[in-house]
Amino acid sequence: MAARDLTMSEAARVAGARVDLLLIAEMVRPGSRVLDVGSGDGELLELLATTRGCDARGIELSREGVNAGVARGLPIIQGDADIDLADYPDNSFDYVILSQTIQATRRPKWVLEQMLRVGSHAIVSFPNFGFWRMRLDLLVNGRMPSTENLPYSWHDTPNIHFCTIRDFVALVEEVGARIDRAAALNGYGHPVRVNLPWAVWNLLGEQAVFLLSRKG
Amino acid sequence: MSDNTVQRDLSAYEAARAEADHPHSAVVRFGAEAPLQLDAGGVLTPFQIAYQTYGTLNAARSNAILLCHALSGDQHAANVHPVTGKPGWWETLVGPGKPIDTERFFVIASNVLGGCLGTTGPSSTNPSTGQPYGLDLPVVTIRDMVRAQAMLIDHLGIEKLLAVVGGSMGGMQVLQWAASYPERVFAAMPIATAARHSAQNIAFHEVGRQAVMADPDWRGGRYLHEGTSPRRGLSVARMAAHITYMSDSSLHRKFGRRLQDRDGHTFSFDADFQVESYLRHQGESFVDRFDANSYLYVTRAMDYFDLAGEYEGVLANAFKGVKTRFCLVSFTSDWLFTTADSRAIVHALNASGAQVSFAEIESDKGHDSFLLDEPEFFAITRGFIDAAARAVGAL
Repeated sequence: MAARDLTMSEAARVAGARVDLLLIAEMVRPGSRVLDVGSGDGELLELLATTRGCDARGIELSREGVNAGVARGLPIIQGDADIDLADYPDNSFDYVILSQTIQATRRPKWVLEQMLRVGSHAIVSFPNFGFWRMRLDLLVNGRMPSTENLPYSWHDTPNIHFCTIRDFVALVEEVGARIDRAAALNGYGHPVRVNLPWAVWNLLGEQAVFLLSRKG
Repeated sequence: MSDNTVQRDLSAYEAARAEADHPHSAVVRFGAEAPLQLDAGGVLTPFQIAYQTYGTLNAARSNAILLCHALSGDQHAANVHPVTGKPGWWETLVGPGKPIDTERFFVIASNVLGGCLGTTGPSSTNPSTGQPYGLDLPVVTIRDMVRAQAMLIDHLGIEKLLAVVGGSMGGMQVLQWAASYPERVFAAMPIATAARHSAQNIAFHEVGRQAVMADPDWRGGRYLHEGTSPRRGLSVARMAAHITYMSDSSLHRKFGRRLQDRDGHTFSFDADFQVESYLRHQGESFVDRFDANSYLYVTRAMDYFDLAGEYEGVLANAFKGVKTRFCLVSFTSDWLFTTADSRAIVHALNASGAQVSFAEIESDKGHDSFLLDEPEFFAITRGFIDAAARAVGAL
């Protein structure tokens, strides 16, 4: 696992792909059917298609993202995760992925439930609001934190539902899903490797990636 | 209008009518051995299809793209039109080095059944009478048009099309192709279209047809027999339709309230405004190249189109198990075939598990955007077609 992660970050440097996307791609079984919700211009779709041989499709809200991705020949539809996930039949994908998007959905719980209905697995990555620097920022400055990855001001941001790793774990329990794997990335984009309690991950992880599946 | 103009108009009109039986296009004739089944019941036999091709079919026969034209279009998608002398209607998109690249793909465009540029339609000669069909031609549907196209594709020796591409009524044909012959279509690109014609669109068509039929020169559809032409009626129909192809903002940008070659209002019903003059010109030039009865038949075919109706009212059932990959495109200011219409198709395709892309293009040019210079639309078309070609090894 550790060796694998090293290879992944090496690969990230070479390919220029985001580390969290490589972590996600590594969780996906080769050749599987994948729906990427909030696919942007299709970076992850391309990664999954070329390195994992997946039938990978995307939904993206922004017109610019969709048009750029479709122009590269990727199957992306312009749509809204908060609405359009309802159209997909049960079990139509092996994995439904929500990368760095859950905090921008209006109904995170509903979206997560839909993901676990449409796919047999769900993969969710998100910025961790419990990261120590966020906490420090709020404690010292008394203002809503803004970081390099999350540069928006509180009143002008697409991110309306921030959560911490512990909040997310609680939501997973609430929707009755199982955590198959979890990984946290520290402030340098490296995986937090040691198996530590959630509370520690919640402090050290700037981002988190969870692989979930339906219970039973 | 000078005598000269009248002379030229008449000859353009006559040139267009001559295309009905003897077009400036390749023609395939289907005799009694290959009758065309019609949705209205019965068969059409004999009949003919006029078509243009561009580029070269490769040895594997895997690089063929079929273009489907809209209501007032024809097979002259990417060549100078033999009647009007104008560039092909899709030369923005189709040609050497263009998004649908005729240097790499074998592109086919045929005139629709019921049309007037060489495929059997109401102005074609009825072999049993030696006179034009007029209203004796059975009413045809989008599915009939596509059945006829499939016979053309058979005739060309092509088992599977790399792509079927079309906008508006052409998009209806694309959807019908994917539903009727899913195994023959690798990629489908329905643009600015709908899976069924809306009540509002049927209403606009009815206005157009009534304008044609109210013209005394229509003569119950027998104007070709009687040597008249319902010019005024067809012209009004085209004027009304043309408004629906544009948007409020594009009309405003193009014309505003500007006056036509005059300083003030004439306090008459002359064409004071540029927009009036423009519409009159659109109507007049359409009359030369298009047959009035064809206008009735083709608008009717669109009205009858309701793909879900063939599948217990569930659109997703039309695409059950389909392996075809789709790319839908709509334009923000298109109020005739809206983004919601495209989205309804996308939802059905998602429900049936098909691979689908969908992009909405920002444009203020209305329904006609798909025929105009829209770089984002071109980039998407190129990306989708190239990806399909790579997937079948045709690039």
